Amino acid sequence: MSLSPVARARADSARHPYTAADVSFMYHMIGHHAQAIVMAGWADSHRASPSVRTLAARIINAQRDEIAFMQQWLRNRLQPVPGETGMDMAMPMSGSHGDTLMPGMLTEAQMHQLDQARSADFDRSFLTFMIQHHHGAVVMVQNLFATYGAAQDEIVFKLASDINVDQTTEIARMERMLLTLQIQGAL
Amino acid sequence: MASAYDRHLLLAITVCLLAACASHPRPYGTPTPAIDMSTTAPNPDPRVGLRAGLMNAGEAAWNLRVLSQTPPSEKFAGVTNSDLAFTGHYVIQGNYNGYQVWDITDPSRPVLKTAYLCPASQSDVSVYKNLLFVSGEGLGGRIDCSTEGVKDTVSKVRLRGIRVFDISDITTPKYIGNVQTCRGSHTHTVVVDPKDTANAYVYISGSAPVRSPNELPGCVGVMPDQDSTTALFRIEVIKVPLAHPEQAAIVSSPRIFANLVAPPRHGPASADIAELAAAKAKGAFTATFPWGEEFVLPSRFVDRMLDSVVQARQGTGAPTAADSAALRAAIPVMIARMTAQRQGSNPNGPPPGPTQCHDITVYPAVGLAGGACEGYGMLLDIRDPAHPVRLDAASDSNFSYWHSATLNNDGTKLLFSDEWGGGGGPKCRATDPREWGADAIFTIADGKLHFQSYYKLPAPQTPQENCVAHNGSLIPIPGRDVMVQAWYQGGISVFDWTDAAHPREIAFFDRGPVDSTQMVGAGSWSAYWYNGVIVSSEIARGLDIFALQPSGFLSQNEIDAAKSVHFDEFNTQGQLRFVWPSTFALARAYVDQLERSHGLGPDRILAVRQALTSAERASVAGRQSALTQLAVQLEGDASGSSEATRVNTLAKTLRDLAAAAL
Repeated sequence: MSLSPVARARADSARHPYTAADVSFMYHMIGHHAQAIVMAGWADSHRASPSVRTLAARIINAQRDEIAFMQQWLRNRLQPVPGETGMDMAMPMSGSHGDTLMPGMLTEAQMHQLDQARSADFDRSFLTFMIQHHHGAVVMVQNLFATYGAAQDEIVFKLASDINVDQTTEIARMERMLLTLQIQGAL
Repeated sequence: MASAYDRHLLLAITVCLLAACASHPRPYGTPTPAIDMSTTAPNPDPRVGLRAGLMNAGEAAWNLRVLSQTPPSEKFAGVTNSDLAFTGHYVIQGNYNGYQVWDITDPSRPVLKTAYLCPASQSDVSVYKNLLFVSGEGLGGRIDCSTEGVKDTVSKVRLRGIRVFDISDITTPKYIGNVQTCRGSHTHTVVVDPKDTANAYVYISGSAPVRSPNELPGCVGVMPDQDSTTALFRIEVIKVPLAHPEQAAIVSSPRIFANLVAPPRHGPASADIAELAAAKAKGAFTATFPWGEEFVLPSRFVDRMLDSVVQARQGTGAPTAADSAALRAAIPVMIARMTAQRQGSNPNGPPPGPTQCHDITVYPAVGLAGGACEGYGMLLDIRDPAHPVRLDAASDSNFSYWHSATLNNDGTKLLFSDEWGGGGGPKCRATDPREWGADAIFTIADGKLHFQSYYKLPAPQTPQENCVAHNGSLIPIPGRDVMVQAWYQGGISVFDWTDAAHPREIAFFDRGPVDSTQMVGAGSWSAYWYNGVIVSSEIARGLDIFALQPSGFLSQNEIDAAKSVHFDEFNTQGQLRFVWPSTFALARAYVDQLERSHGLGPDRILAVRQALTSAERASVAGRQSALTQLAVQLEGDASGSSEATRVNTLAKTLRDLAAAAL
């Protein structure tokens, strides 16, 4: 009764076959998460405050696990799989994004700005950019759900819904942290 | 005459009988483990290193006995099993393909009564009398229950909300109606107003995005300042007229999150609180963040501000008491101005509250509910069920996603779980912090929440096992707060949180991962106590039923007392008050607890037990006088006991037993 992963994937999707939009969502969200992990990975070396370091550690843990989950979903369906850095963008159907950045992704200039910041400056930039980044992930979920035939697969629906609620919740938390910094900074 | 060989065989059989050796060559003997009366957890933990497998995984059990493990029926195999509801001797098991009804009259042999195919995630289920409510949230759910999904982004056949079934005949449920909601129903909670017997209420929690107004008129998913009718930042309350359940409809959409001011962490460890108190005692200036957290202002800032106050009155020299008072009065105004600036600079950002709840657990008997709502845990007043009101809210920098709530039987404690990662992640690895993806336990005093501790599954799990705090329920052990909880592939954990600051595991069951090479979603979605057994909904493996075993943490009398509490129906999110019938088992359970806590000395414990034994054997009249006499003695003991309340509760039980003897 034990199915091979590929056979299980086929069984999962037999009822509601996954679509190109589902594959594209999983593929691109890996790259999206990868940038968040790079940003969060700077917290220690850029002397972030303890609360920002905790937040960053949680983001790394959560998004690394989700990347592994999305890679496995793609692999089991014999789709192209980007690496953990998300930088392998040899995606046959990447035309949906073309040269434009995915929603919320930091530009090179923004990444450079964050990389240059230290201590309280880093905290402020990190929170501001991560809020932007998370808003982008929420938009990607909304776009997926607004696509014909998408997210009928229960695994895709659940992952996308989880990303939506987790990142919405984290945005609210980061807004509170930014306000704290602002008040403390004025003192 | 027996040979040496025969004697050895006999000895082996006798040992096996005493130790209840099972024929199964499993590492920790399910289904019939030995009774373990020790008060230390097994070491090394047998949950570590279990063999992988879907239906043949290695198993470990401690102080629990497997009564049955039943795979799903054909139409539900390979599809996620979800939450449970109970009515009579039936358990209703939700599944992303619909629901199954099992007859558990004999818990060692569940019998499938109904397999109702009607796809929708998550198929969260609740019962009320002859009605069954089922949640639908996924995009593929259809009004007609057919299985082909809904590909159109806007469709009149999509069901996202609540389905209502008449289960007067549970073998042939009738689908009598549904209520569509903007975000669908991820979970729901049935609330019964003791003052309103004509209706039932259902609170809807939805976590998926808001759907198009073209699909369901009136659905708006924007910020409240853009459109005050937004479906975000509210819950939905459905009113179900019991005479006409098909007319169920939304009756209110309370915005229980409005103007939320809660701290960003429950934080303050007691050391922080002491530090703040000490600083204030020395006259330090403090300010309070908009969410209520107080902090000490830096002294250089205070000195600078005091100088300005002195200059402003064109004075010289040291600041006076009046200057200090003026500064103290000005600080809240400054904080408010900075807050307004921050919010004004980000008009499109969300207000700092949650947009919805994941789950709400109501406890009508005490008029309270626990709301697990994104970044907050809430204490709600539900004395008017159609209009819940927030009493308090807690936040916590260790909590990712407030998922579900459980009140203790007295309504004096509230436990929240954090479903960090949404249940699909392996969050119980040895490297994952113990405070993340855990339970947080609060005491309730004067309508406020007070953080006490975290509880997390103590056994590390592999990266191939999705694991995080999930659904559980109280077990009616009298005089204690004991709970069973599902941890997905972490298995199920039974723990005692009577001492809210020091929760402790007292029993568990676990399987190895489904697959040793990759994570395949599985494990216990829900584990609930119902009328004497623990029922667990295993996502991939079916329905598991367990019996509690006596141990050094839990006596047979306590288990017997728990079994004496009977419900006709049960939804875990609608807590019912446990009331224990006065029985000898209940009295003995209290005696066992007094022995464990040294609330009575060993000689008194022995004497009380002997008195109970002879009272039970006595004639009706003899029993009544023996019990009354014992009660009088115990009431005398109470004042000298460290456990006066429990001794008096025991005495009261004896008086009730005496009265019942007549």
